[in-house]
Amino acid sequence: MSSNAITVPGVQIDEKPWVDTLHEWVTTVDHKRLGILYMLTALVFVVLGGVEALIIRIQLMHSHNDFVSPEVFNRMFTMHGTTMIFFVAMPVLFGFANYLVPLMIGARDMAFPRLNAFSFWLTAFGGLLLYFSFLGGSGLYGAGNAPDVGWWAYAPLTARAFSPGHSSDYWTVALLVSGFGSIGTGINIIATILCMRCPGMRLGRMPLLAWLNLVMSAMVLIAVTPLSAAQIMLLVDRYLGGHFFDAQAGGSAVLWMHFFWIFGHPEVYILIIPCFAFLSEIIPVFSRKPIFGYPVMVAATVCIAFVSMSVWAHHMFTVGMNSYANSFFTITTMAVGVPTGIKIFNWLGTMWGGKILFKVPMLFSIGFLFQFLIAGLTGIMLASSPFDWQLGLSYFVVAHFHYVIVGGILFALFAAVYYWYPKMTGRMLSERLGKWHFWLFLIGFHLTFDLMHIPGILGMPRRIYTYEPGRGWDTLNLLITVGTFVQVLAILLFLANLVISYFKGDRAGNDPWDAWTLEWSISSPPPAYNFASIPVVASRRPLWDLKHPEDPDSRYE
Amino acid sequence: MLMRQMRFAELRSIWQGIVLAFLSTAAFAVSEPANGTNIFAPASTPAKSIAHLSVFVLVITGIIFVVVFTLLVYSIIKFRKRASDEGREPAQVYGSTQIELAWTIIPVLIVVVLYLATARVIHAIQDASEPAGTVQVTAIGHQYWWEFRYPKLGIVTANELHIPVSESENSTPTFLNLFSADTDHSFWIPELAGKTDLVPNHPNRMWLDPHRTGIFLGQCAQYCGVQHAKMLLRVSVDTPEAFAAWVHSQQQPAVQDANVAAGQRVFETTACINCHAVAGTNANGRFGPDLTHLMSRTTIASGAAPNTPEKLRIWIQDPNKIKPGALMPAMQLSDADLDAVVSYMETLR
Repeated sequence: MSSNAITVPGVQIDEKPWVDTLHEWVTTVDHKRLGILYMLTALVFVVLGGVEALIIRIQLMHSHNDFVSPEVFNRMFTMHGTTMIFFVAMPVLFGFANYLVPLMIGARDMAFPRLNAFSFWLTAFGGLLLYFSFLGGSGLYGAGNAPDVGWWAYAPLTARAFSPGHSSDYWTVALLVSGFGSIGTGINIIATILCMRCPGMRLGRMPLLAWLNLVMSAMVLIAVTPLSAAQIMLLVDRYLGGHFFDAQAGGSAVLWMHFFWIFGHPEVYILIIPCFAFLSEIIPVFSRKPIFGYPVMVAATVCIAFVSMSVWAHHMFTVGMNSYANSFFTITTMAVGVPTGIKIFNWLGTMWGGKILFKVPMLFSIGFLFQFLIAGLTGIMLASSPFDWQLGLSYFVVAHFHYVIVGGILFALFAAVYYWYPKMTGRMLSERLGKWHFWLFLIGFHLTFDLMHIPGILGMPRRIYTYEPGRGWDTLNLLITVGTFVQVLAILLFLANLVISYFKGDRAGNDPWDAWTLEWSISSPPPAYNFASIPVVASRRPLWDLKHPEDPDSRYE
Repeated sequence: MLMRQMRFAELRSIWQGIVLAFLSTAAFAVSEPANGTNIFAPASTPAKSIAHLSVFVLVITGIIFVVVFTLLVYSIIKFRKRASDEGREPAQVYGSTQIELAWTIIPVLIVVVLYLATARVIHAIQDASEPAGTVQVTAIGHQYWWEFRYPKLGIVTANELHIPVSESENSTPTFLNLFSADTDHSFWIPELAGKTDLVPNHPNRMWLDPHRTGIFLGQCAQYCGVQHAKMLLRVSVDTPEAFAAWVHSQQQPAVQDANVAAGQRVFETTACINCHAVAGTNANGRFGPDLTHLMSRTTIASGAAPNTPEKLRIWIQDPNKIKPGALMPAMQLSDADLDAVVSYMETLR
């Protein structure tokens, strides 16, 4: 902790050897450092997951391509999905939560700093374990053998009869380990928000980011635990002769689907709610207005959390549930669109009458709004179960959830990185490179994922390593692949921006965006103890009150 | 004024572009030959009612899209920061209960409408009663091929489903009972019906009543292992006469031809018969496709290759050359034996 001690002007501190610095980072329990570690972990895995996506796209460039074998292709889409969800999206969002929640509620650290470190290392080692499967998956033969059962790992493909060797075990154990990490972080965030808020910060005065992360963490506890239970059951099946999912021995393949999706669907909201949180901080600041309808935003989030717990089987419309079950999951799934729509309208209401500044974080946020709108509407189509009997398991569904995850979550994440990078590093990211990044990525994204809906409508199933010519899929797939490369170019610009700006970016100062929440009241990067004296707040926008003493928010709340 | 007209002209050209793109996709859909896999070119009642519902859902979501899109674009342009308002903050508005209520209630109403339209179609398709005179087919998914049994007709075949056309005055729908022998699969012929999974230990049912004859394509839609991609489906919708003729020919035992006795001997004395059956001979394996009328099928390897003597020879020699990961082992036959077996296969009409 000595590295962040208060520096006295004129006193020279000797450079520490790099081993000491490394040791400090590895043993750190500081929420900011752990947050950054989470993000760096995600950055490593996003490159791996991205390479896998590229291999998939090159293979599908034209019909009957043989760039990779079917075995390799199946490993690629399994690893791509698993990596992006569990070792990119979850860690990076936990990283932001870790970094921002204590700062925004005026706390000096998370409630349980050591649990925090433990959770991070579980996640990181879970990821390493997953990737070790490339080396260790089939043991003695030397050839790599990563999991190839798809990221849902439907039974009975995971039974030992169909998945010999240990590749599925790596998948299971990696998710089990990182799942415990997620649960730990969930507990930690809840405890921090409930117990560590600074004086004056009632629940109703918390920044929306804190509120939404509270909801997200509660969902982690409810949704990740069934997944962990199912992983243990799968291990029992594989090694102790259990027959939970082993259909050959009377087990139920459908049971696994329920277990997986009762995790898998809330998981989507676990990922998107923190992104709603970023937007709810960024859009007001760049529109120069407070968030429109704060209580409704909180209520809508809680509502999404509840309803999203009862929609899981819309992933199973084709499995052969009876018409009542299909109807039930249709209505619940459509219903979740209502609070989600309210959120979009409230962001619109926030921009309405504002003075919108088109800085890079705002550009990505606006991109999110449009894309999330489309993703939501294709979601409504898929919620209509007969429509899903056609579109489910096709490329339409792949396009839909990439619209959510890339067009929504990733755009929001880019917005968040551009917005908070100055706080984390003390340097601004280059606006010029940022705009290049934004426009290139926008073009690549739309080229890839807009077009991807069409092969699904034309009958192309997902997870096929090759396809027949003459079905009208070739040209579309080629264009989709071209779009992927445009996205890669944009990501390279982003990575370059991260590195260059770290060394050469403009100094950020405490509050480069003229923002209103507590993290902008302290230096960039913040000292280890965050706040020299614990702040006291009187409204949702303490810095607004400070900057406008003649017209403080506290007068209206 | 001129400016305004220019804007209109631009808008119109954009709008025309969108309509054109949509129409060309639609035209593509309509002009597709019988072999298409387009969900918007339905040729059977379940697929048609889904397509109608889909258009309804598309129109509603399309309207929502246009409205919200317009509002977003308007607010982004209208409320952008201008040079003239330097330094002043806009009016700080915290919310409005009336507006919040409006944009809660309207979506709720839309959801109710969409749900009711959907529930109707769910019921119509899933709870359809089974009329007399239906064709009953048992479809069994295997790792990378389809087994079709007609229990009432005593037929066993593979990969290519034959069903009669179902005209409105003489309705003969086909009901499929879906099973899996191993992992999950999904039966999907986009122009005939939505997909239904074949799940082990979980029998499912679906129905088709094609309104026109022709070949309809599809494939396995649920990831089932290495060769999920080459688990293709062909449905031949025949006229009632053609279907009756097909049934009759399929009910015959295998052709016995003394000219290919050598090939038959090789076939029956190697591992072939562990997995394959030829009716009327001592080959009665059930792990692989029934070969009794192999030559009546246009493809082999579940659609991965056309059914020609050359492809058949390659397939028997080493299936991995056509379908890497297929579960049929390479038979390691000598060239002479290979030729003999292929000739034998050629006679199984």
